Amino acid sequence: MSMSSLLTFTPWPAVSAAILLILLVTALYLARTTAHQAIEVAAGALSRGLRIAAHSVIHAQERLGARNRQVLLAAGRESKERVVEREFARVADTVRKDLAGYPDMHRRLSEAILRIEEDQEKAAEAPPEAPGWAQAVKVVANLDARNAGAEILSDIHKSMVKAHEEAMDDYRKASSERHALLRRMAPDWRLIQQALGHVHKSVESVIGRSQTIDRHMEEYEAIVRGEDRALSVLSSSSIVYFFISALVLAVATAGTAVNFTLIARPMAEMVGGTNFIGAFRTADIAALVIIMVEISMGLFLMESLRITRLFPVISALSDKIRVRMVIITFLILLMMASIEAGLAYMREVLLLDEMATNALLRGDNSATLVNSHLWITTAAQMGMGFVLPFALVFVAIPLETFVHSLRTVVGLIGIAVLQALALILRLLGNGARHLGALACRLYDLPLFGPLWVEMRMRERARNGAAGREETAAWKEA
Amino acid sequence: MTRTLLLLLAAALGLPACAPPQARSTGVYLLVDTSGSYNRQVTKAEQITLYALTRLQSADSIAVARIDTGSFTEKDIIAKATFDDRPSTANAQKRAFASRVEKFIDQSPPAPYTDITGGLLQAIEFLNEKRSAHKEILILSDMKEELAKGYVRDIPLDFKGFDVVALNVTKLRSDNFDPRQYLGRLDEWRARVEKGGGHWRVINDLDHLEGLL
Repeated sequence: MSMSSLLTFTPWPAVSAAILLILLVTALYLARTTAHQAIEVAAGALSRGLRIAAHSVIHAQERLGARNRQVLLAAGRESKERVVEREFARVADTVRKDLAGYPDMHRRLSEAILRIEEDQEKAAEAPPEAPGWAQAVKVVANLDARNAGAEILSDIHKSMVKAHEEAMDDYRKASSERHALLRRMAPDWRLIQQALGHVHKSVESVIGRSQTIDRHMEEYEAIVRGEDRALSVLSSSSIVYFFISALVLAVATAGTAVNFTLIARPMAEMVGGTNFIGAFRTADIAALVIIMVEISMGLFLMESLRITRLFPVISALSDKIRVRMVIITFLILLMMASIEAGLAYMREVLLLDEMATNALLRGDNSATLVNSHLWITTAAQMGMGFVLPFALVFVAIPLETFVHSLRTVVGLIGIAVLQALALILRLLGNGARHLGALACRLYDLPLFGPLWVEMRMRERARNGAAGREETAAWKEA
Repeated sequence: MTRTLLLLLAAALGLPACAPPQARSTGVYLLVDTSGSYNRQVTKAEQITLYALTRLQSADSIAVARIDTGSFTEKDIIAKATFDDRPSTANAQKRAFASRVEKFIDQSPPAPYTDITGGLLQAIEFLNEKRSAHKEILILSDMKEELAKGYVRDIPLDFKGFDVVALNVTKLRSDNFDPRQYLGRLDEWRARVEKGGGHWRVINDLDHLEGLL
């Protein structure tokens, strides 16, 4: 039924419209309470549903946060354990190295001190001999003999001068010997000084290491206690590690691409250039497999050397088996690197062959000329082919960091997403509640006439009731 | 683990058997008109052959055959090759092929008649046998068929999956008097190829063969 047909049930469309409007308003007014209840129930249900969903998301976020916290703390604990273990190993090395040399140093110090003591004793100053002639001179001087006394005294004087000269010579000689002894003590002093300096350095190193260990242990304890500060530090460190390792892995991927380019063409000589597996050339897949095998060997090598700890099984192997594994993986890598160098050389040969053939087919003789410096690029390609597999070995280190930090970063991203989702759900829940209220007001908007009448009637009824109560009270009074 | 990886490598290298090389290969058959009216143009066959050789890869096939009095025979195939999987061997094959074609051009005798249909039949047979994914027949001719007495060539040709390219279609003296003959000849061949389910093209400028192959 169209709008125009609705307006034709009376001869006057305006009257028809007015009647229809009155009927509609009346119907809406009569259904107002029910409609309001329906709107409120619907809005309330939607709001509650959204709030429940928000609570559920918050709960999931809290669980994820707790898990992330555990992961972070576990990773931090493990990392600190490794750091402390390494520091202890360094202290042990220092102590072992110094203690191994200690008996020898002690013996040398004792010998030096003994020599110094002996020399010191020898260098003790001998008192000059007491003059033996003084008393004799006094006696001779008191003799009453005129000329004989002077002669005797003259002889005594001569003898005394001679004795004095001899005594002075002896004294100088003794002093010279003492000085020689003192000079001989100087290297011993220097030896003692050096030995003590070395001891001082070692002790300082150990003290420094012990302070570092103390600091790490404090951080370790903070992690074990699950302090928020430690968690915050670990979280930010994890994000930094994630980006750095991602950057290094991107560089490694570029290296892999270069490696792939070096060996893909000659691989076509080995497995054929026209065979496909799916949409990919078999030669390309084979080249990629070789590179992946090299990377895997590098991972195993790093694991065997205990530089990375991606595979606990390898770390737990006995030292003997680990050493064997190191040798085997290194030999395989060496073999792969040699193969790659050969393939890189083959690539150059094939390239030249193809260029020569194409030049011949094009009738271009100038292109067939061989550059005399071409060996440089050939050598460079071979060198790259040999070095790149070994360079890719070190991918294991950023890979391990990336894998460990990825868990945390993914957890943090998950938490952020869940937080945003919870916020959106809560906003939508509140919005639904307010929309319900708005819908009720909008429903009432066309009913302003009947509602106004209803309000006036209620006021009148209220006023009437109040007047009756006053009259009754007056009558009673 | 190492052993497993090596096994995977071996499996990857052994898988080529699963993917036949013909599935993506190209087959080219060049028909060279050696009739008296076109014999002077035969030298251009070398240019086209060399161009085709630069475009073809390993596992592709090529054959060069002459059009003479009776062309539906393997004897008219001057040189044919299917390039090896290994690029170095394929390059050697290309050089040898180019040498054979060059030798033929130097010694090509003129033919009294022009059996183009017979040559096309031979080309279809050759390329179908090679099971190439993309099949192309190149015809270096003025497209004027002249059959000797007794040769029946009024037979339908199946060109499904074929690209037929007429190259350097020269105008005959009579075409100059009445160009409708030339246009009619080309239209006739177009209709014949398209009726057989093929795709027809004409390239007269041999300096611009970029669209070919």
